[in-house]
Amino acid sequence: MNTLFDKIWDSHVVKHIDNSTVVLYIDRQYIHEVTSPQAFAGLRSRGIKVFRPEQVTASPDHNIPTINQHLPISEPQSAKQVAELESNCAESGINIFPIGSERNGIIHVVGPQTGLTQPGMTIVCGDSHTSTHGAMGCIAFGIGTSEVEMVLASQCLMQTKPKTMRINVEGELGKGVCSKDIILYIISKMGTGGGTGYFIEFAGSAIRSLSMEARMTICNMSIEMGARGGMIAPDQTTFDYLKGREFAPQGEEWEKAVKRWSKLYSEPDAVFDKEVTFDAADIKPMITYGTNPGMGIAIDQNIPSPKDLDTAAQVSFDKSLEYMNFKQGDQMIGKPIDYVFVGSCTNGRIEDLRAFTHFVKGHKKADNVTAWIVPGSKEVERLAIEEGLRDILEEAGFKLRQPGCSACLAMNEDKIPAGKYCVATSNRNFEGRQGPNSRTLLAGPLVAAAAAITGVITDPRDLM
Amino acid sequence: MKQKFTTLSATAIPLPIENIDTDQIIPARFLKSTSREGFGKNLFRDWRYDNDGNPKPEFVMNKGVYAGPILVVGKNFGCGSSREHAAWAIADAGFRAVVSSHFADIFRNNALNNQLLPVTVSEAMLAQIFSALKENPATEICIDLLEQTIEIAGTTSKESFNIPPYKRECMINGYDDVDYLVTLRQEIATFEESKK
Repeated sequence: MNTLFDKIWDSHVVKHIDNSTVVLYIDRQYIHEVTSPQAFAGLRSRGIKVFRPEQVTASPDHNIPTINQHLPISEPQSAKQVAELESNCAESGINIFPIGSERNGIIHVVGPQTGLTQPGMTIVCGDSHTSTHGAMGCIAFGIGTSEVEMVLASQCLMQTKPKTMRINVEGELGKGVCSKDIILYIISKMGTGGGTGYFIEFAGSAIRSLSMEARMTICNMSIEMGARGGMIAPDQTTFDYLKGREFAPQGEEWEKAVKRWSKLYSEPDAVFDKEVTFDAADIKPMITYGTNPGMGIAIDQNIPSPKDLDTAAQVSFDKSLEYMNFKQGDQMIGKPIDYVFVGSCTNGRIEDLRAFTHFVKGHKKADNVTAWIVPGSKEVERLAIEEGLRDILEEAGFKLRQPGCSACLAMNEDKIPAGKYCVATSNRNFEGRQGPNSRTLLAGPLVAAAAAITGVITDPRDLM
Repeated sequence: MKQKFTTLSATAIPLPIENIDTDQIIPARFLKSTSREGFGKNLFRDWRYDNDGNPKPEFVMNKGVYAGPILVVGKNFGCGSSREHAAWAIADAGFRAVVSSHFADIFRNNALNNQLLPVTVSEAMLAQIFSALKENPATEICIDLLEQTIEIAGTTSKESFNIPPYKRECMINGYDDVDYLVTLRQEIATFEESKK
């Protein structure tokens, strides 16, 4: 019987090309300023127009500044990319949420928040973290610019069907454990390539118990184990989140949609190509020590000394620790840090800001720490101000910035200096990811908060 | 029409590191161009050049020992971002094929869409290629897309590799997905109607 993935995939196949390749219909495409200009240029050189502009939505996010957004972008190349996105959208009749406008933000925060992302859809974007939208019960995955052009040209993609995997997390989560810890734990067990070739459904009681935003954090990072995407079957949590949002179906249409979406689950006898189960009780607050997201450990553990690695793996492991200036067996707790970054499509939503803010309330930011608190969207920023989070943050010595991808990939001015350590709630700790020679420690908002007020890596449970 | 790929027998550059991510292939700060050209000069930028832009002599592309249009890399190559700029940078630097025991999915698609052939070999074959290149930097690797085989010239090390049949056709004939998909617009519109 069918998996959730099969149900959505099969209903979007326009035609079969051969035994492995299909023409897959795409319901919605999101675009941003960095990976779309060459796609529009391609269409222009072919003399064709965007096929279904009303199914495309744009939000500049990757290289926009996170302060003084009312001023023109000072970096000329970033300004050019953003201007080109605006003119391409205007020319093609594509809806865009410009910088500073109330709907602007990181596209993966904006999509669900505005109700554009809905269960049962196929969604693509020229960004690997498109997997985020799978939390709403859709097939959502990142694509390259040539594929962006294909979807602009035809609202379709040539695709081979990935294998399916179900990852179950069962039981109750421990104190101080959030959804970021769940996914960092899973990636540490599966490895950065463990999901390659698969589309993953996350299931089990621990996943079901999560809020919609917490689920997005899980699906967001499914790409970090190489998976094509991640998804979670829609349920009451999904419907409650979506109801009343601007672009969600309204009135009678809403009732019909919920009825349709309620059929989106894997049948009890559905067969997956691979199935893995984890016990929620084994998961502790996590942190990474190396230069890929699979190099994560519980915060109270020491850096491992792996045995039996082949030469290439050993070389890569040693290179990674050398870059981080860490040693095998080092304890993570107590290591001094320089920066804290809270934000990104992984942990830049209002729940993340609430969790961080409530933790630091009544404390002061450590003097040795520079902290960047970056809301994932203008709406998140508005809520943070309205709910009084900004006041609490300022009281504790933090400043709320303006929305954007920011220091997650350091395409704008928010760069971590060479050699500095940054506890980041984002998704990648690759060499130089946050700026040339920067050193990233991935963690959830509570671990980030504990580090921000103590100035060293700290187990958040000790302060709770 | 794109450049066609059928066979390639040539020397190769080895980079035996695992999990080489897209930020190493082309760091985000170099993604600000709005054209597809010119990314090759920043390929492996932070491994290849120091902060002042001087070549790091120990990096394999700077040693002067290895050259050629085939890049041989450790497993899980191209993990991370969906940036096609990674494939553009490799192709722009003169490579026509990348050999590894495991490619990240999005990178693999991006490479195929740019006539850059990703060849997935067994762990054992990859180890043999690395060791052959270490022994003799002039070793030639022969890739035959028609037969779907790869071999180390002058040895018995040879194996076949997989590629989706449709993509194989595209590579061999230089076909382009956009051209094809546009011809389906009417069929796609009919599909849309059927879903209403």
